[in-house]
Amino acid sequence: MQNHPVYTDNDPQNELSTLNLGPTHPATHGVFQNVLQLDGERIVSGVSTIGYIHRAFEKIAEHRPFYQITPLTDRMNYCSSPINNMGWHITVEKLLGIETPKRVDYLRVIIMELARISDHLICNSVLAVDTGAATGFFYVMEYREAIYEIYEEVCGSRLTTNIGRIGGFERNFNAIAFSKLRKFLKEYPGVLKEFENLTKRNRIFIDRTKDVAAVTAEDALSYSWSGPILRAAGVDYDVRAMEPYSSYEDFEFEVPVGSNGDVYNRYLVRQEEMWQSLRLIEQALVKLEKEPPDIFHADVPDFYLPPKEDVYNNMEALIYHFKIVMGEIPTPKTEVYLAVEGGNGELGFYLVNDGGRSPYRLHFRRPSFINYQMYAPMSRGMLLSDAIINMSSLNVIAGELDA
Amino acid sequence: MAKITNEELLKKISDKFHDKVALLGEPFGLLTLETGKEQIIDVLTYLKNEPALLFGYLTDITAIHYPELEKPIGVIYHLHSLANNVRVRIKVFLADEDVHIPTATVLWNGANWMERETYDFFGVIFDGHPDLRRILNVDDMTAFPMRKEFPLEDPNRVDKKDYFFGR
Repeated sequence: MQNHPVYTDNDPQNELSTLNLGPTHPATHGVFQNVLQLDGERIVSGVSTIGYIHRAFEKIAEHRPFYQITPLTDRMNYCSSPINNMGWHITVEKLLGIETPKRVDYLRVIIMELARISDHLICNSVLAVDTGAATGFFYVMEYREAIYEIYEEVCGSRLTTNIGRIGGFERNFNAIAFSKLRKFLKEYPGVLKEFENLTKRNRIFIDRTKDVAAVTAEDALSYSWSGPILRAAGVDYDVRAMEPYSSYEDFEFEVPVGSNGDVYNRYLVRQEEMWQSLRLIEQALVKLEKEPPDIFHADVPDFYLPPKEDVYNNMEALIYHFKIVMGEIPTPKTEVYLAVEGGNGELGFYLVNDGGRSPYRLHFRRPSFINYQMYAPMSRGMLLSDAIINMSSLNVIAGELDA
Repeated sequence: MAKITNEELLKKISDKFHDKVALLGEPFGLLTLETGKEQIIDVLTYLKNEPALLFGYLTDITAIHYPELEKPIGVIYHLHSLANNVRVRIKVFLADEDVHIPTATVLWNGANWMERETYDFFGVIFDGHPDLRRILNVDDMTAFPMRKEFPLEDPNRVDKKDYFFGR
């Protein structure tokens, strides 16, 4: 079995040159490698090598109680880790049959849509940087910081958030979180519009992206693509609309769809999804006004850790705390698959449970891993500079690629 | 198109394949079927191409290991019919001495890496796969790490032993 791709070419007659793109090339935005055969600047063939930051999350998860798996999910798509956290919580809640209150669902929608904005704004602004326009990146980057500050108010951390708990949130949203959220909603649309003005009808940007790496809907489906890049190819598959979770059925939003799946369409789809996310957050804020303001988790003492004051002062809370930490609560022996719409597509959790405190088997359907496998075949015949733009618009996150 | 119910789906499949496809259950409304490796490609092809079903989207391929079973390795396919918005899960169990199964890359290009990942972690050999080699682990690894007998950590390590709670 030939394991390694060819790194060097010693044949003097060979007119092709070999280029190692990665593992630590700045243009790849992550640790993964492509060995490309080049004819001038045109790619003849390529081999992708991944696994540089594989951390065996699925194996670790088999040895951890459910609530300790949340921090593992953080580290998959670290540009939108709250979506991974929520997806995991919702999976466990489905397994355990926990009904979350509407207010929890709406708060989760706010956090997930903020995460989607932070994911897409990075992808689109870095795409602009890769085409040579660094300015827009600095405009929108400030607002990723604003989003991280909202996370900080809610859960205390910024990048790997570990946000929420099974059944809800670990604490209620405070007034500062809401005021920061309202400030973000007021200021961000103007900046997003400005960024759009810089890129959307910019001659250079369009020349670099339009008709580059176009993908037909058939190819995209055959490669099991999902998320914005599948929608850019013209397939209106969005998990939020098809199989609503966390009360997405209560909201009104549109699923933007592109036409030919090229880089420009992917940019447009992501851009429009950010506007839709803003719409969703605004609707969620309106809906929250009708909900009781002090509810932030479901009433599931068997799985939701009680507050520390109660643990020290109240015997019942102490018992529950002990039972949760020691994993003495039986769980259903069944299996569950749940998908959420992550930043890059369908993020699936396949959980097989044997009744214990940790999963018997947990598999993550990671969209980056599945989306990225088309990269080498589709790069054939492409210019190297276009292949860089293509990689940028696939938004491959190394953490999600390798898990 | 109206959402197809699990009963209709099951009836269609059992009319076509009779006793070669067995029902394992419907956990959380997701129809779970079991079949043998001889007809797995026929079943997948039927599900993909039958006009009333159109399970054209391969969500995932993965595996599971039950060391105590006679056929310990289960290969699990998740399919999604985007037209009907319904999912189905198909399991194929393989014996330890014969972990061969035909590849699904003939139906979906996307099966390529999913099968490589399954091979990498469970040692399932997908016959006819164009490029079956390890994908996330190092090439010279000899074990299949997601099998249950593979320890998470070095078993000789004592510094993390918790004798009091027996973990």
